[in-house]
Amino acid sequence: MGKFRYFRFFQPKSALLVMVSSALLASSVVSGAERPTPARQVELMTLLRHDCGSCHGLTMKGGLGPPLLPDTLAGKDKPTLVGIILDGVPGKPMPPWRFELQPEEARWLVDRLREGLK
Amino acid sequence: MKHLGVLMGAILLAVPVYATAADQRGTGDLGIVVERAAGRVQVIDSSLRTKLASVPELGDLSHASAVFSRDARYAYVFGRDGGLSKVDLLTGNLENRVVQAGNSIGGAISQDGRLVAVSNYEPGGVRVFDAGTLEPLADIPTGSKVVGLVDAPDQRFVFSLYDLGEIWLVDMSDPAVPEITKYPNVGQNPYDALITPDGRYYVAGLFGEDGLALLDLWHPEKGVRRILDGYGRGEDPLPVYKMPHLEGVAIAGKNAFLPAVGRHEILVVDMDKDWQEIGRIPVHGQPVFAVSRPDGRQIWVNFAYPHNDTVQVIDAASLEVVHSIKPGPGVLHLEFTPRGEQVWVSVRDADRVDVYDTRSFTLLGSLPADKPSGIFMTARAHRIGY
Repeated sequence: MGKFRYFRFFQPKSALLVMVSSALLASSVVSGAERPTPARQVELMTLLRHDCGSCHGLTMKGGLGPPLLPDTLAGKDKPTLVGIILDGVPGKPMPPWRFELQPEEARWLVDRLREGLK
Repeated sequence: MKHLGVLMGAILLAVPVYATAADQRGTGDLGIVVERAAGRVQVIDSSLRTKLASVPELGDLSHASAVFSRDARYAYVFGRDGGLSKVDLLTGNLENRVVQAGNSIGGAISQDGRLVAVSNYEPGGVRVFDAGTLEPLADIPTGSKVVGLVDAPDQRFVFSLYDLGEIWLVDMSDPAVPEITKYPNVGQNPYDALITPDGRYYVAGLFGEDGLALLDLWHPEKGVRRILDGYGRGEDPLPVYKMPHLEGVAIAGKNAFLPAVGRHEILVVDMDKDWQEIGRIPVHGQPVFAVSRPDGRQIWVNFAYPHNDTVQVIDAASLEVVHSIKPGPGVLHLEFTPRGEQVWVSVRDADRVDVYDTRSFTLLGSLPADKPSGIFMTARAHRIGY
């Protein structure tokens, strides 16, 4: 699994996607403040556990929605995951969170999911 | 001697009432509050509005629900992690626990109280257990996530298949040989279902389409048909931040009050007129639960994120919202006391359960609870569909 992950990371297509999406996302961020404030981090973690958790499970092992564990997210690149959070999945129950979350907040949440919830 | 009597009295008073009265009290005014993040339930007394016991180590209780044994002494708690736990309300003990699947969503108890059925996402299907021992009795794989599992009269269970769009009716008269009737093509992504309090109609809500699928259990041979077809009339629904729940459907006289998916509306249908829509009630947000006070006069509604700090009350006679309250962030569930003079409201992010008087709408008191979600009173033991 680990090897596969590194291999993917260096794929030109993925790299290009990362660059393009980063540029797009960066343009929508007002300042360079990437990390949410500590107070906002607490709110975001509550949202993640309880509101995302209502479909994906409190521990992210899945429910009506798929599991969001580090293993299950390993093969998916970050911009795709951020895009799913912000825009939802058409035809599926996953709603767009763009109205509630800033792009940098979605990126921060993806990082938390990838390292696994404690 | 006189002093001895006083001393004895003092000792008796010092012992917690719950402990000494455990064998002598009834359970009719008891219930449980799920503390989902902590994996724990509280046993509560709704007459004294107090916590009696705390039962830990029940696993992952996100989306946990419960049913009660026929004698209303035991709660069967269904956890997300596939755990089925049997809790003794009188002693506050975890009597038994099995982890019967990888991912579960709820359960039901049979008409005769002998079978507990669990609906599973992983592996998709229903498993049935002996209510006394929790020994496995039947396994019904479905190849799909199972939602909306309820008990029905004549020792049957009914449930829906989220991925396949089917409703299955299972006769469990002989637990060793479940007799299954399948209804295919009921609509896209049934996400939850209800059974009317008389046990006659099973109604599955559809996520993938504007409409609901109805099975008349008095006439199962007529099959499943669509009601409220196209209630959104082609308008784009709003993003759904939390699925509505259909269990505990609000019924008032001949009217049923159903939460609309992706809309700030409660749909009102006339059950006597073939489930035709007779009205829509605009509400504060996307409804999650719409539950009726046991007498049917009021319908209490809570809402999905980001409107989940509010509860509204609909008057069944005028079909209008007559009261709104803001208990606090994250109102997840509502449960009435058996005859409905109080409603218990879990306020997740405030770590509180609030108790309201349903006549005056005044707050009677609050109980501390760690991220409370579902509240379940033992009166459910004697109701069809709970």
